[in-house]
Amino acid sequence: MLASRVFSLVGRRSISTSLCLRAHGHGVVKAEDYTLPSYVDRRDVPLPEVAFVRDLSAQQRALKEKEKASWSALSAEEKVELYRMKFNETYAEMKKGTSEWKTIVGGVLFFLGFTGFILIWQKHFMYGAIPHTFSEEWVSAQTKRMLDMRVNPVEGISAQWDFDKNEWKK
Amino acid sequence: MPAALLPKPQMRGLLAKRMRFHLLGAFLVSAGASALFKFGVAEPRKRAYAEFYKHYDPAKDFEAMKAAGVLESAPPK
Repeated sequence: MLASRVFSLVGRRSISTSLCLRAHGHGVVKAEDYTLPSYVDRRDVPLPEVAFVRDLSAQQRALKEKEKASWSALSAEEKVELYRMKFNETYAEMKKGTSEWKTIVGGVLFFLGFTGFILIWQKHFMYGAIPHTFSEEWVSAQTKRMLDMRVNPVEGISAQWDFDKNEWKK
Repeated sequence: MPAALLPKPQMRGLLAKRMRFHLLGAFLVSAGASALFKFGVAEPRKRAYAEFYKHYDPAKDFEAMKAAGVLESAPPK
């Protein structure tokens, strides 16, 4: 108001645009929702910055008025209603577990099984023959040589072989 | 409120209680694990080695290996 008075006194071009805007009531930018304090259900935040219900109905506003008087006058349902206006979930509801783990375990096992299919397909269609050193004759000759050399005689393979009877120990 | 009240939850000493539980548990678990390893793995292994070397004859072992033909500089002859 004062700005518009000054406007006429001082002259047409000496007042800035923002002053003109302010004179017509456009002064403050509307605060976005995300910039204001918000409600959050977290175990480590027992009293959130704002109440859960922002816009109270007429009934709820009447209840808020009643809350200003003695609390023993409130019934149990009214107390619960006041709680639910202020908080979304109780601690018990907040801490309750979900069944999400079943989905996760199921998904993991499913994809492990699918991987098994892929491996079988690869062995059958993709890989060539394994080296000749895996054949039965080669492995037994290899084992015989290991025993002749007394490989791991204390706790290992040569400890399982009976050298007198020429057979594996029972 | 005429309905039955919940028991009052613990209000103080929550960290102390958790610390006591976990410190004790950590001590017991680590002591138990090391005891298990000592008496399950270490002691049997020491005994196995002692047993093996109690009646070990290296000369006889050498002759056996030589006869089997695995020593390149000591062929069986």
